[in-house]
Amino acid sequence: MNRETSPAMTDVGRMLRPELIIPLLRRFGPLLALLVMSSALAVLSPHFLTFENALNVFRQSAINALLALGQLLVIITAGIDLSVGSVLGLCCVLVALLLKAGVPALAAIAATLAIGTALGMTNGLLFTKLRLPHPFIPTLGMMNVARGLALVISGGFPISELPEDFRFWGAGALGGVPMPVIMVLVVYTMFHLFLTRTTIGRDIYAIGGNKQAARLAGIPVDRRLITVYAMSGGLAALGAILLAGRMNSGFPLAGVGAELDAIAAVIIGGASFFGGVGTVWGTLVGALIMGVLRNGLNLLDVSAYWQTTVIGVVIVIAVWVDVLRQRALEHRGASRDL
Amino acid sequence: MSSSEVLLRLEGITKSFGGIVALDNVDFEVNAGEVHALIGENGAGKSTLMKIATGVHAADRGRLVWKGRTVKLQTPRDAHRLGIRMVHQELMLVPPLSIGENIFLGCPPSRRVLLSWVRWNDLHERARQLLRGLGHDLDPRRPVSDLSVAEQQLVEIARALASEAELLILDEPTSPLSERETERLFHTIAHLKARGLSVIYITHRMREIYQIADRVTVLRDGRRVLTAPISETSPEELVRAMVGRELKEYFPQRESRAKGAPILRVEGLTAPGRFHDVTFTLHSGEIVGLAGLVGAGRTELVEALFGAREYTSGKIFIEERPVTIRTPADAIRHGLALVTDDRKAKGLIPTASVHVNIILPIQAHVAHLGFLVNARAEREITERFLRELRVKTPSADHPVMWLSGGNQQKVILARWLAMQPRVFLLDEPTRGIDVGAKMEIYELIRRLAARGAAILLVSSELEEIRHLADRVLVMHRGRIVGELQREEATDERILYLATGGEG
Repeated sequence: MNRETSPAMTDVGRMLRPELIIPLLRRFGPLLALLVMSSALAVLSPHFLTFENALNVFRQSAINALLALGQLLVIITAGIDLSVGSVLGLCCVLVALLLKAGVPALAAIAATLAIGTALGMTNGLLFTKLRLPHPFIPTLGMMNVARGLALVISGGFPISELPEDFRFWGAGALGGVPMPVIMVLVVYTMFHLFLTRTTIGRDIYAIGGNKQAARLAGIPVDRRLITVYAMSGGLAALGAILLAGRMNSGFPLAGVGAELDAIAAVIIGGASFFGGVGTVWGTLVGALIMGVLRNGLNLLDVSAYWQTTVIGVVIVIAVWVDVLRQRALEHRGASRDL
Repeated sequence: MSSSEVLLRLEGITKSFGGIVALDNVDFEVNAGEVHALIGENGAGKSTLMKIATGVHAADRGRLVWKGRTVKLQTPRDAHRLGIRMVHQELMLVPPLSIGENIFLGCPPSRRVLLSWVRWNDLHERARQLLRGLGHDLDPRRPVSDLSVAEQQLVEIARALASEAELLILDEPTSPLSERETERLFHTIAHLKARGLSVIYITHRMREIYQIADRVTVLRDGRRVLTAPISETSPEELVRAMVGRELKEYFPQRESRAKGAPILRVEGLTAPGRFHDVTFTLHSGEIVGLAGLVGAGRTELVEALFGAREYTSGKIFIEERPVTIRTPADAIRHGLALVTDDRKAKGLIPTASVHVNIILPIQAHVAHLGFLVNARAEREITERFLRELRVKTPSADHPVMWLSGGNQQKVILARWLAMQPRVFLLDEPTRGIDVGAKMEIYELIRRLAARGAAILLVSSELEEIRHLADRVLVMHRGRIVGELQREEATDERILYLATGGEG
């Protein structure tokens, strides 16, 4: 039977149909949350709603945003990448060492991006070719290996005093806009186009939606997964370059726990752990929500210890809201599948 | 059947979801010791009615009468306590646990000494007796993960008996079963009836109703359109009641045509333990049926042909040229399409739109430079095939998971039609979908053959194979044991070969 043309359905009723509202909520829910939070903070603190502070929040969120972008790609495929924090740490050390050895800034940056990509690709290869049961395993391994190597290579000490032309990428600004902000906007736009306008991007969503069905539709699943993990590694390396530039140092313990912040940003941004769902802009909003929370609590003189607690609560609420949406959706499904 | 007492009566049940009426003033009753078939197209309201009878949903209006007393079911637990049990299509067993543990899940025989201690010997002995009572001899210590779907179903039924159920609801129990397993299930149902249990039997298969049911109720669009003793109905009448229009012929006759050039030839294809030395040829314009029992290796064979499983030896030729097919992508390149037996697990991308589900295999061909999505060209293709297959969807961007089973299957077919393949491998293409959609798919299969495609049709419904196929290959234990021409392909011949009789 055809319920879509049911005469009982008024125009207003049609606009309020769950199948129209749920995707909208999924899409704009996080943005709404960000706006509500920002408005509340603007009322509470006169310093919050200034141009400088906005840029500040964005700049502080940049590294997390880059890691989260890689994590998003992986989570869309129903995977997880636990190694991004450690890859970031290792790349911080490596880029600092290369620069200290006299390698020109651009060459050192290129080499670091290549190394991060290779580390990520290793994750992908281990997962697909060794048929490890879940990406949790290879990336957990890589998390420890990369961190260990970072400590071994650096001897546990930060490598400081980096050349000015390198530091520009993490600490400089163009026309008053900090470089990390510019980088995030450029990279996010690129990946938005990649995910929505290329067949490879669509393959990635399909793999997360149903891996076996994707394979049977002719998608080269292993190759796509390797690509996704490689990109995640490459983005972690990019984060390392910005971080080393900003800190003027390659610090082997950089990014400890950062993978969890990245996962949090992705989930707060509306992506689903079950795969197949998630957007680039949602993830950016997720990273900004975390940044705004930290910044706002700072401005309100709340201890840093509390910030972590609040973010923990926000993660659970965000996922719980997602569960409610899912349930509404299933209820809807039930009425369909009579 | 004797006019025995009414066990469960549903009176004037009305239920709507978000303004959409799923059930409209439906009456339904089951007598003690009766097998009552409940039929209707997908979306007719069968599942909703049963969810109300098992306490999953509450009715908006109407009442439930159990053994003459009005009852309120707030949760599935309430229904269990009364003795109403449902065996779902998706079986709800815990695979690593043993048969016995599954049968007594949640209420194992136990002795209370401070804690509840499970009496294992007791548990397994009682499980064994229950299974014997159903006419089966299974070791209750075996893990459920080792069992076939048919055996798992049996465990579910035994579990219902263990909880002293008086009414058993079976939701399309035969759709994953072979003909022979179906026969055994019918024996089991006869055992249940002999013990005085009542069964509500939900099905799409006309023939089964006449084999086991005492009465039948037909739902259409949330209303009851017919309830009658089986002896007073005809299949034509039931089909008419279900779809609400006259159906000329269930399977219109199809004239045999001269077959065209060979398209797909398979020589000595072998995967140890799955299929052995399989050799056959498909010609242009030909529909070849692949019959056999579940587990005969048919799905494994077509999936190997499509590059989704490995084979160790043998050759595949497309239009007389040898080809290597290692991945589904290879198969697609060579013009093969596979409609899988399991739509949910192997076919649909549930999170994606109807459009994406259709365009996936060919998106790279349509794309600019091979990777930039060509939205306009894609859209034209999708719209064309949605129209051709009459898929009921509000729009191409609608999530595919919100369509009905029949429409989802049409989306999968549209996906492969859009690819314009030379060979269609169809593995149970009409499993679990309603009569109306089934007939449209039969028509489509014939149309594809008429356009010159070669079609290999795997089906466990002999009727389907007999009526559609020009030729029937029969598989038994991984080997092709016989080939029947259209005229010789009777149910008896096919079953004889499929069960291991010599050709």
